[in-house]
Amino acid sequence: MDNKRILRNNVLLGLGLVLMVAALYMVFVYVPTEKNMGVVQRIFYFHVPIAWVSLLAFFITFTFSILYLWKREMKWDSFACASAEIGIVFTTLVLITGPIWAKPVWGIWWTWDARLSTSLVLWLIYVAYLLVRSFATDPARGARYGAVIGIVGFIDVPLVFLTVNLWRTQHPATIIFEGGLTAPMLLTLVVCIAAFTALYMLLLIHSANLKIMDADVKHLKSMLQEE
Amino acid sequence: MNGVFTRIFAIFWKDMLTEIRTREFVFSVLIFAILELVIFSFAFSIRANMVDMAASGILWVALTFGGVIGFNRIFAVEKENARLEGLMLCPVDRFVIYWGKLAGSFTFMLAVSVVVTPIFLILFNLPIFLPRLALIIVVATIGFAAVGTLFSAVAINIRARDIMLSVLFLPIIVPVIVAAVKATAPVLAGKPWVDILTWLQIMIAFDIIYLVVATLVFEFVVEE
Repeated sequence: MDNKRILRNNVLLGLGLVLMVAALYMVFVYVPTEKNMGVVQRIFYFHVPIAWVSLLAFFITFTFSILYLWKREMKWDSFACASAEIGIVFTTLVLITGPIWAKPVWGIWWTWDARLSTSLVLWLIYVAYLLVRSFATDPARGARYGAVIGIVGFIDVPLVFLTVNLWRTQHPATIIFEGGLTAPMLLTLVVCIAAFTALYMLLLIHSANLKIMDADVKHLKSMLQEE
Repeated sequence: MNGVFTRIFAIFWKDMLTEIRTREFVFSVLIFAILELVIFSFAFSIRANMVDMAASGILWVALTFGGVIGFNRIFAVEKENARLEGLMLCPVDRFVIYWGKLAGSFTFMLAVSVVVTPIFLILFNLPIFLPRLALIIVVATIGFAAVGTLFSAVAINIRARDIMLSVLFLPIIVPVIVAAVKATAPVLAGKPWVDILTWLQIMIAFDIIYLVVATLVFEFVVEE
C-alpha cells in the first residue's frame, strides 16, 4: 500500500474517531431527553444511522457486483463481499436495537410493517449471499455467484418494501411515530450518521484490503507449491 | 429471431419429453403439495368460519414449497450425466438456455397448480370455477419460475444444494407471496376486480423485472 493510501486511511481513522466520540457525547450528554418516550428514545440516534449505513452497504455491494461481472478484477469482488459482510452486521444491529426500542415504547417487540419486514428480508437475502460464497466449490465461482446474488437481491428490496407497505396500509395503523425533531436532536442525528458512515468506510477499506492481500498470499503460495 | 424461438422450444421440448416419459417432477411435487394442504388443515384446525382468513395463505404455502421442491430438479437433472456441459456446447446464447428451462419449469409448476388448486377448493368447500384465481396463479407462477430457474442453476454448483435453493429463493419471492395471498383472498370470497388489481400489478411488475434481470445475469451463472 503506497504512502498516499496510508495517509488517507489514517485521516479517515482520525476523522472517524473524532466523529464517534462527538456522537457519543452528543447522544448521552448533549441532546435533551425526548418528551414522550423518555431516555430509551436515545437508541434512535444509533438505530437510524445504522439502518441507513446497512442500506448503503448493500447498495455498494450491488454496484461492485456489477463492476466485478463487467471488469472481472478480483478487487471489485473483495469490496462487494466486504461491504455485504459489514451490511449484515449492521442489519443485525438494526434488528436488535429496533425491538429493544420498541418494547418499552410500543409495548411490542415486533410488527410486520414495511420497514421492519424489509429489514428482515434484507438480512435473509444477504445471509444467503454469504452462504453461497462459502458453499461454492472454488473462490472464482463463489465470487461470480455472489455477484449475481448481490445484484438480484438488491433489486428485490424496493419490491418488498412497496408490497408490504401496500399490505399494511390496508390494515389500521397500530403504531405511528410522530417525528418532530428539534435542532439539537437533528444535529445529533446528523453527527451520528456521519460517525457511522465513517466507521463503515473504514471497515470496508480495511476488510477489502485484507481480502485482497489474502488472495495474493494464496496465489503466491500456490505458485511456490508448483515449483 | 426465428432461430431463437426454435432453440428455446427445442430445450423446452427436451424437458417435456423427459417429463412425459419419467413423470419425475410433476408427480412428486403434486403429492408433496397435497400433503401440505392436509397437514396445514390439521395444524390449523380449520373450521368453516376461519376459512376466509387462512385458506388463501394455505394454498400459497403449498404451491410455494411445492415449487421449491420442484425447482431443485430443474437443473439437478442436467448435472447428472454431464448434460449441462452438453447444453453449454450448443452454439446458442446463454439466455436461450435460461428461457428454455424457464418454459419447462413454468409448465411443470402450472401443471401441479392445475391439480392442487381444485383439490384445495374442494377440501375447503370453496367455489370451483374461479377464472380470476387462474389468472393470479399464472402470473405468480411466472414469477416463481423466473427466480427459481435462475437460482436452481446457481444452487446445483454449490454444496448444500437443496437447502441453498430454499434459502436463496424464499426471501426473493416475498413480494409475490404477499401479493398472491392478498389477491386470492378476495377472489375466494367473491369480491370485485378492483380489490385485486393492485396486487396483480405488483406481481406483473415483479415478473417483468425478474425476467429481464435473470436473462441478463444467467450467462454469468453458467459460464465455466
